[in-house]
Amino acid sequence: MLRLFLAGLAILCACLTANAQEGGLQPILQEHQEIIAKSSRKTIGPAIEAIASSGLPQAQVMLETWAAKNVWMRKSDGLFFAGKKGEGRSYELTDFDTGEIVGTFEKSDLKQLKPNSGIRAMIGTALVQFQLTDPDRAKRLAALTSIQRDPEGALLEPLRASIDEEPDADLKAQKQRLERLLTIGYDEDTAARVAAIEEMSDDLGVDVRAALNPLVVTRLQTATDLPSDVNIAGVLQPGSDDLSRDAAYDLLVASDLAAPRVSADDIRAALAANIDGGRVGGVPVAQLNSDAARAQAYAALAEAGTVPALITQTDIDAALGAHVFFETYAEPSGEVTAAAEKALEQIELKVGLNQTLDLTLDAISLASIYFLAAIGLAITFGVMGVINMAHGEFIMMGAYTGYVVQQFIPDHTLSIIVAIPMAFAVTFAMGVAMERLVIRWLYSRPLETLLATFGISIALQQLAKNIFGTQARPLTAPGWLDGAWVLNDVVSISYIRIAIFVLAMIFLGLFLYIMKRTRLGLEMRAVTQNPRMAGSMGINPGRVNMLTFGLGSGIAGIAGVAIGLFAKVTSDLGSDYIVQSFMTVVVGGVGNIWGALAGAGMIGFLQKGIEWMNPSNTLAAQTYMIIFIIIFIQFRPRGIIALKGRAAGD
Amino acid sequence: MERSFVAKNPSVLVFLAILSLFTLGVTVLSEGFGIGVISTSFVKTLGKTLCLCLIAVAMDLVWGFTGILSLGHFAFFGLGGYMIGMWLMYERTRLIVVESLSQAEIPPTSSEVVDAIGTQIFGVVGSSEFPLIWAFSDSLFLQLALVVLVPGLLALIFGWLAFRSRVTGVYLSILTQAMTLALALYLFQNDSGLRGNNGLSGLQNLPGVTASQDVVSVWFLWASAFALGLGYMLAAWVVSGKFGSVIRGIRDNEARVRFLGYSVEVYKLAVFTLTACIAAIAGALYYPQAGIINPEEMAPIASIYLAVWVAIGGRGRLYGAVIGAAFVSLLSTWFTGGQAPDIPLGFYTIKWVDWWQVLLGVSFVLVTLFAPQGIGGLFDLWTNRRAPQRHGAALGPDESALREKEATE
Amino acid sequence: MTSLKSTLAGSLVFAAMATAALAEEDTIKVGVLHSLSGTMAISETTLKDTMLMLIDQQNAKGGLLGKQLEAVVVDPASDWPLFAEKARELLTVHEVDVIFGNWTSVSRKSVLPVIEELNGLLFYPVQYEGEESSKNVFYTGAAPNQQAIPATDYFLDELGVEKFALLGTDYVYPRTTNNILESYLKGKGIADEDIFVNYTPFGHSDWSKIVADVVALGADGKKVGVISTINGDANIGFYKELAAAGVSADDIPVVAFSVGEEELSGLDTANLVGHLAAWNYFQSADTDVNAEFVETWKATMGDERVTNDPMEAHYIGFNMWVNAATEAGSTEVDDVRAAMYGQEFPNLTGGTAVMLPNHHLAKPVLIGEIQEDGQFDIISETDVVPGDAWTDFLPESAVLISDWKELGCGMYNTETKTCVQTLSNY
Repeated sequence: MLRLFLAGLAILCACLTANAQEGGLQPILQEHQEIIAKSSRKTIGPAIEAIASSGLPQAQVMLETWAAKNVWMRKSDGLFFAGKKGEGRSYELTDFDTGEIVGTFEKSDLKQLKPNSGIRAMIGTALVQFQLTDPDRAKRLAALTSIQRDPEGALLEPLRASIDEEPDADLKAQKQRLERLLTIGYDEDTAARVAAIEEMSDDLGVDVRAALNPLVVTRLQTATDLPSDVNIAGVLQPGSDDLSRDAAYDLLVASDLAAPRVSADDIRAALAANIDGGRVGGVPVAQLNSDAARAQAYAALAEAGTVPALITQTDIDAALGAHVFFETYAEPSGEVTAAAEKALEQIELKVGLNQTLDLTLDAISLASIYFLAAIGLAITFGVMGVINMAHGEFIMMGAYTGYVVQQFIPDHTLSIIVAIPMAFAVTFAMGVAMERLVIRWLYSRPLETLLATFGISIALQQLAKNIFGTQARPLTAPGWLDGAWVLNDVVSISYIRIAIFVLAMIFLGLFLYIMKRTRLGLEMRAVTQNPRMAGSMGINPGRVNMLTFGLGSGIAGIAGVAIGLFAKVTSDLGSDYIVQSFMTVVVGGVGNIWGALAGAGMIGFLQKGIEWMNPSNTLAAQTYMIIFIIIFIQFRPRGIIALKGRAAGD
Repeated sequence: MERSFVAKNPSVLVFLAILSLFTLGVTVLSEGFGIGVISTSFVKTLGKTLCLCLIAVAMDLVWGFTGILSLGHFAFFGLGGYMIGMWLMYERTRLIVVESLSQAEIPPTSSEVVDAIGTQIFGVVGSSEFPLIWAFSDSLFLQLALVVLVPGLLALIFGWLAFRSRVTGVYLSILTQAMTLALALYLFQNDSGLRGNNGLSGLQNLPGVTASQDVVSVWFLWASAFALGLGYMLAAWVVSGKFGSVIRGIRDNEARVRFLGYSVEVYKLAVFTLTACIAAIAGALYYPQAGIINPEEMAPIASIYLAVWVAIGGRGRLYGAVIGAAFVSLLSTWFTGGQAPDIPLGFYTIKWVDWWQVLLGVSFVLVTLFAPQGIGGLFDLWTNRRAPQRHGAALGPDESALREKEATE
Repeated sequence: MTSLKSTLAGSLVFAAMATAALAEEDTIKVGVLHSLSGTMAISETTLKDTMLMLIDQQNAKGGLLGKQLEAVVVDPASDWPLFAEKARELLTVHEVDVIFGNWTSVSRKSVLPVIEELNGLLFYPVQYEGEESSKNVFYTGAAPNQQAIPATDYFLDELGVEKFALLGTDYVYPRTTNNILESYLKGKGIADEDIFVNYTPFGHSDWSKIVADVVALGADGKKVGVISTINGDANIGFYKELAAAGVSADDIPVVAFSVGEEELSGLDTANLVGHLAAWNYFQSADTDVNAEFVETWKATMGDERVTNDPMEAHYIGFNMWVNAATEAGSTEVDDVRAAMYGQEFPNLTGGTAVMLPNHHLAKPVLIGEIQEDGQFDIISETDVVPGDAWTDFLPESAVLISDWKELGCGMYNTETKTCVQTLSNY
């Protein structure tokens, strides 16, 4: 319908000014009062058409106001006005024709028109003719977006006409691109279309593919002989991979070229309908509980002519042999389809490459999240050998710290800057307290550390629930982290993920620095390898253990802020990451930060890889990943990067 | 053999006596067979608790005696439940379907019956075909065999892989936890054929049994008590002989036992698989009482709770595990049930529904720190056996290993 | 010794139960079976608070049948077997006359056998996948034809969507709903390859690939729309990723069935404006009763709290139960059930809800666009849609109907004219 109206529109355009309505816009609106008030995309067409083609200068304003949901209907007389919120529940109404304020009305006397996004798109398309040459850049951009959303043949001419006068270079490029796309779809001249197709064949944009793909849509058809007047894509043999015999026969049935098969249900229904004195076709009803008996009874009925005969394999063979099966393009021009197929092939190859790149970026991003979650653990578990099941809860505490800080500092950038050291401080203190009170008594009993820290974990989780409630809490990223870094239509990654990646790298550097270049790092390594010896060298093992554990916990807190930014802040945030974190450390190799990095990388890439192979089931990816890890550990029980020599400890 | 098995283990007799008295007592007080003082829902709770005690015994065997902290035994427990659940669902649905189809004009063929059962069972997850794993679900006998076979086989394969590559200590714990997680995630998928997140439900209604739940609950209590008794005796027998000495040796110092010429892997594998089977049987008895099984039951946290029970009860002694499981799970029911009175502090009221988990967590830390013997340790005081004089050098590297003096007692 | 311990503990529990039961004989007990801990507490605690508020209000009005109502709150802790146990406890130990409870389908399936065995009465307030009609349950939430189908129609008719991405959390509600929708869409002429289905685990947080997949669907020039049955927390990550990818509601609209005001309160909605949700109730509904309801709720629970659809379902369900009990002059389950059929009660959104003989409500369906303030702008409201227990869009269910009033059967095969079953097969 829209297409028709737009075609009409083009003709109307010529004589617009001459036909301008005498009485202004309101009579036109009133003419379509009912459908405008009803506001359904299916029926609204004529109203928009009438307004857009009225030739009145206020039509553009009205349509724009309408799309912005600012048109109100006065219930008393059904007239439409632009509304502006006044005091309380009242609205100030303005007449479209005169531009005068009509008065202020209570909301209860008015009805707001709420065009849904479908109608807004139609309004947008109708507005294109006004907006393409509008002095306001934003409106011209809006017009282009509208064309992009609903490409229409009728828009091609006005678009072409507007290109030369376009002052803005960006918009001009965009207009030229759109013109090419519209040419592909709607130009009359085949040569121009083929040229446009070839021109666009190295473009990755989704919109290019969206313009090309409809050209190569095929439909499976069947006939006794191959027709010559259609654009045929190919002939299919029944029984081949592309067309099974069953599908081919179904197609024949659907085209009324063969008799339908009799299904088991049909047989059953036919038998039930033909029960005659406790027997069907001579077979007693009680015996009809096997397929063989039913077939026999049905055959008897078929012989008597009461039911259609069963379709046999020979019937199917004959029917398939008598027909050809072929696919036809909807697009009549063979040149265009050939060019489009070729262009698509080229594009697909590039898309494939770029998809791999995108997947790699996703995998890196996932890996850096795992790494960030696991890096604290790499210290407490990897270096100290302490199994801290409450590690996930430290991550959670960091995230909640971020949330609390945001309650006091509304500026998102500032609040994140404050939240990161705060989160570190909170979880550092918590870690130190935990080490002093619990873990230090259990150094020689690793399994019991596991259980005790698990006790702390459930207590902390429940405490978080009691304090913050069970609802997820918002932790909003600063505005400059919104959006995504877009390389092209296939490859993009959100800034927040990039930030997490950067953060992970910073921590890697920090960790290496502390371990290799600082006194604390030296002492840590000494205490880990041999606490007694370290003690006799003047190092206080208790203090070092305390600080190491605090450091690991503190980093977990910062990771919490980052994870909270990109996912959610709930009390079970930590438990989502704990098993994965341990996996990361174990797979990578305990006691080595590079191991944790390798582990995170492997798990991230593996998970994305499996997801890519089985896109409809993300859950399966996680299962297979864990199974893979279990098997992997068989072959490298000490992880990817295993410590050698004495540092390996036991 | 100088002394008989029972004489060496008087605690077994005491345990069995108390268990029978308890069962008898509950029966007399139940609604189904007795004076109705104990509600059916509480009988079910007690029956389920007995099953939990049984898996705790298994856990004690594998952790307290062999030193393998398995965080995966609830996976076996759940698998056992799934196996029995498949038959229960199939058979119950079959009865309904046959009843309904018999009203039709044409008698159904056997494949129509199976299709209709499939539609009923899997309709809820948007499918109607029987997956391959349901192949034996029409036979109670085979499915009962699978209760033991499937988890046993899984334990055997997993254990063989893990022990063979000498994964020990916390690594093994994390690996078993990963196994549980993988299994739970797998079962969460609807494609796994066990109805995904919905799991198998309505298991308390035994097919073909018209007796009310008041009666059925007591039957299951008996069965659970019987299984617990048997399991306890089996476990006591396992730990009392030479086999027991070897596994305790493995717990205290694996390398030394290996140097003595024992095949450590075989012993560990045997214990791991045996306990997996016991866990599976406990699960098969538990879920018909619970009424529903779904993958959430197998979440890693459940297995950790199991370790918590055994630790609180006191590991390394079988009755400790039983006490721990019974005590903690019943206490948990009591607190989360909202029956525990709130404590008003003036400025804040402690609601146990909210604070029970905190209490559990903290008390767990305290038990680990200050009472490694758990509740079972109290019995030493009571029986005047005293805590051993922990003097002399340790016989193992572990703090909880026997000391010289203890060993000579 | 075990047994000693457990009996001790047991008798303690029992004593507590007994005293609770003896305490007040002359009240009518209303069971509230919502998780107060565990994963579902996030949603269900709100409903418990709603029930307590409604019961208080009713008591202030003079109670029911001359007696005061007493809420018995238990916590099934998001543990499905525990739901069955707690339901049994409510019915046999506390002897409640009615239960309001459950959120997830699996918890309902867990409770069903107990409720049916003991002839209890349950009001279930959440939108669900249908394919069920128990004699002892009244479903006050939406069946698929009261939420999913109208929303899909809206996509087809109003937004002109030609290609569908059905994204859901991997559990029964999305599975069944998507099955119904797939079959419905095919009936509407949408080809198989134009329907993309993806399931993710609960609490899924890594959405970048799935969002990229959805955007890539637009490559063949058809308008893409997302129908989301993603549950709970996972939505937060999903919408954040959607916003980051710059997917505008005008390009790829998303309609969600499990995202309400409560879920949006954990999100910054500035980038989500225009995406859709389909419910029977939105807090923004512009009526006097709703204004009053919202005000009371905020006064009881705090200003930042929002109202949502399952709360309205409890509001209607509770009031219907009160009216039915008053009409029947008793709170006996069978009497109340008989009086429930045809019960009418005004919706908070205007109009009247009617209880049908298939234990579902007839309610209008609303579609709302997300706004910057986390509320919904209601842009479409259908006529009253009667809830359908057995969907018409799956071949096995199309022949089934439920009519407890006339046929006394919840699963009646209209083809063979037989009652398939009177008790549910869970």
